Amino acid sequence: MKILKTAAVLSGLCLAVAACGGAAQEPAGGPAASGSAPAAKSLEGVTVEVAAKWTGEEQANFEQVLKAFTEKTGAKVTYASTGEDTGAYLGPRIQGNNPPDIAILPQPGLVQQYADAKALKPLTAEVQKQIDANYTPYWKNLGSANGQVYGVLVKAAHKSTVWYRVPAFEEAGVQPPATWDDLIGKTAPALSDSGTAPFALCGASGWTLTDLFENVYLSSAGPENYDKLAKHEIPWTDPSVTTALEKITQIFGKQEFMLGGSSGALQTDFPTCVTQVYGQKKAAMVIEADFVAASAVQSGAKVGEDAKIFPFPKVGAIDPVVLGGDIAVALKDSKGGMALLEYLASAEGGSVWAKLPGYLSPNRNVSPDNYPSELTRQLAQTIIQAGESVRYDMSDLAPSAFGGTDGKGEWKLLQDLLRSPADIKGIQAKLEAEAAKAYK
Amino acid sequence: MTDPLDGRGDPRDGDDAVRGAAPPATDPPRPTAPARLGPSPALAVSFLLPAAVLLGALVMYPIAYSVVRSLYDAGGDGFVGLENYTAIFTDPDTLVTIRNNVIWVVVAPIVVTVIGLIFAVLTERIRWGTAFKLVVFMPMAVSLLASGVIFRLVYEQDPDRGVANAVITTVADVFRSNTGYPGARPRENDLAPATVADGAVVLRQPTQPGQSVLFPLVGLNRESLPADETPAAGAPARPGEITGTVWLDFTPGSPGAVNTIDSAEKGLGGVSVEAVAGGKVAGTAVTEPNGTFAITGLAPGSYTVRLPAANFEAPFNGLTWLGPTLITPAIIGAYIWVWAGFAMVLIAAGLAAIPRDALEAARIDGATEWQVFRKITVPLLSPVLLVVFVTMIINVLKVFDLVFIIAPGSVQPDANVIALEMWRVSFGGGGNQGLGSALAIFLLVLVLPFMFFNVRRFRREQ
Repeated sequence: MKILKTAAVLSGLCLAVAACGGAAQEPAGGPAASGSAPAAKSLEGVTVEVAAKWTGEEQANFEQVLKAFTEKTGAKVTYASTGEDTGAYLGPRIQGNNPPDIAILPQPGLVQQYADAKALKPLTAEVQKQIDANYTPYWKNLGSANGQVYGVLVKAAHKSTVWYRVPAFEEAGVQPPATWDDLIGKTAPALSDSGTAPFALCGASGWTLTDLFENVYLSSAGPENYDKLAKHEIPWTDPSVTTALEKITQIFGKQEFMLGGSSGALQTDFPTCVTQVYGQKKAAMVIEADFVAASAVQSGAKVGEDAKIFPFPKVGAIDPVVLGGDIAVALKDSKGGMALLEYLASAEGGSVWAKLPGYLSPNRNVSPDNYPSELTRQLAQTIIQAGESVRYDMSDLAPSAFGGTDGKGEWKLLQDLLRSPADIKGIQAKLEAEAAKAYK
Repeated sequence: MTDPLDGRGDPRDGDDAVRGAAPPATDPPRPTAPARLGPSPALAVSFLLPAAVLLGALVMYPIAYSVVRSLYDAGGDGFVGLENYTAIFTDPDTLVTIRNNVIWVVVAPIVVTVIGLIFAVLTERIRWGTAFKLVVFMPMAVSLLASGVIFRLVYEQDPDRGVANAVITTVADVFRSNTGYPGARPRENDLAPATVADGAVVLRQPTQPGQSVLFPLVGLNRESLPADETPAAGAPARPGEITGTVWLDFTPGSPGAVNTIDSAEKGLGGVSVEAVAGGKVAGTAVTEPNGTFAITGLAPGSYTVRLPAANFEAPFNGLTWLGPTLITPAIIGAYIWVWAGFAMVLIAAGLAAIPRDALEAARIDGATEWQVFRKITVPLLSPVLLVVFVTMIINVLKVFDLVFIIAPGSVQPDANVIALEMWRVSFGGGGNQGLGSALAIFLLVLVLPFMFFNVRRFRREQ
């Protein structure tokens, strides 16, 4: 749910490249490769309105993509910013029968909500063809409601990353680990021995703990169980949850692994933990998503030099890749709108966007070579490698009373686990009780 | 007194409006029998109508609708009767909020009134009274939200960031010196020659005089070592003595050879070492800067060599203000900071109105200043004190913003109060406006007696 703001690297150069790319395509009269996009200049005189929450640089970058679409098809696209609360912006416009053609929703839950309110239009066969070609069935399901496909994930936030401070790793003489057991058994003790706390946990921000749990669970229990737990088809008292929580308590249970011990971690909220690693240099790692980059830069670190990432280490059989992201839906059954969705879902549109900073595509046919920074390339690589087992942030799929409320449900109970890591069974029973209440 | 942040249309705001609008409502035009002196009833009604419509639309209707809404479920479609009210008194989280509100109501108004009284009485006597009053009153000019942000920083655990702990640790450091190595510990594996027992680092093997032992320690940040750190040296064995080295067994850049003294590794000076036999300390020594020590004067036999826990005591790091136990007192502290000035100004105004001759008479009769204060000033001030006290109770019942901002997410369930819970279940992700309405009505019921009390007082004074 946090805004993706990867550091702007070489942005001026990239903008120039993208603009040239867009201009160069026009005389060629359409794409040569990577799936069929709408026919050239077929939409002269059509206007499309698209609403999303992006502002500032993110908006400017998105408008570059829209410009490339206009040059390709001739359709005129206007952008409307919804502000942080997309629902509050769209609600009145839907009620007033004046919705934008396309809206980009920050939560999958809204797809279901608007579909129930009959505000969404099913995607045309052409758009679905692009989705089938470029996305795994999981993403198609995520954008579907009541058996119809309504949305396509156009922008992703990568939540399976661990940020580390390179000088701290050098001081301790350790390398980024590939497996959880190495992380707990070798990397963390070596860092601790060197006098640097291995982890700065952001325990006061409950959502960072749910992100940690989701990665461990996806890797240890597998995508099928992940889907079941996200729908509450298996209870939170399931043994697979026990395993994941036991793994997490390998960190929570060791006071010297966390900066300030568990009581310090519980008082540290999200950007503060990044400051503890990169600003105060008191800890070595922070387990959070790609958007940490913005806070790391603010703390004075250089992304790619002293602030680097390694993929969330493998706990069980698979490398976990958990994404958050924004889903584009059609609110009007317009030709221009569907053409734009088709463009955004295509590898062509994704590649134009990928050349701009601060963007990560969930589209598996967007080549990592498009990205301007090494970091994003690395992230895109993990998405493509993970293939079918990429999953969406579970707590964002849950009812918000359970997965999205400060001091309640999963946020609170994982904080309780951080406070008393011995009581896994008790926490599980409470998680199940809260989930039963929220999912009814 | 309605602070801007509470303008969310909940019934409590309505109460203020009721109080403000009470006088017109209590003076109905009285049509006196034969010759009417006042205006005609039609005229009176037309004058009353605007106020009545506003009151109805902005106060009475929201209250009535909240009562109705509280009888329905989260979606607003299913009638659930009193289920939401039972939920308030059965849900453990909500009971915590009620408990916290009780603590608030018992502690905060009394402390604010007492501090306000003390300030008012003291400032009356000093030359710079007005300047002092201005300073104490200043927090009232800051929004509660900003005060919350300020106190969130004040209560930070890290003494480098939080001023509360900076003060406490500075005072504490005056009384205790700290020369140890907090955080130092032996490696955690079976090969390490020493292990931790009751905070002390103890050698696994018993030692005889004439042996040389090693205490390899890790877990220290090299930057926290004293500047004059010296490379560690081995201690040669000497007959009749236990010798050895305490050093930081860590080479930057690589783990180094474990449990042996490498050239880049630093000795830990000033560590006290004890040789223990039969539960009694038989000899002690303190390490040199290069980490070596020698315990002399030992009788032959077998000793346990240990580094007592005092070497590793963590420096006093202040109190965990924002932890689950201290959070409510901490927030009450912030609240007092904000409101003490308000109480002081009201009480000072009352103080100025006290007849001087009563005080003079008492003094001439030989009363001490304390007796004058207790027997004359406080009784004469009691109406003002009561007003301040009751106003504070009403104010405290609806406390919201300070709790919301000061308590970190992880301890918010422990610091929660009814008004905050009401917002959280209705809008803050809970989405259950039925339960939220029930909480709002519950809060209204709690506030009502004090409102009636205040309204009646105002009427009597008129």
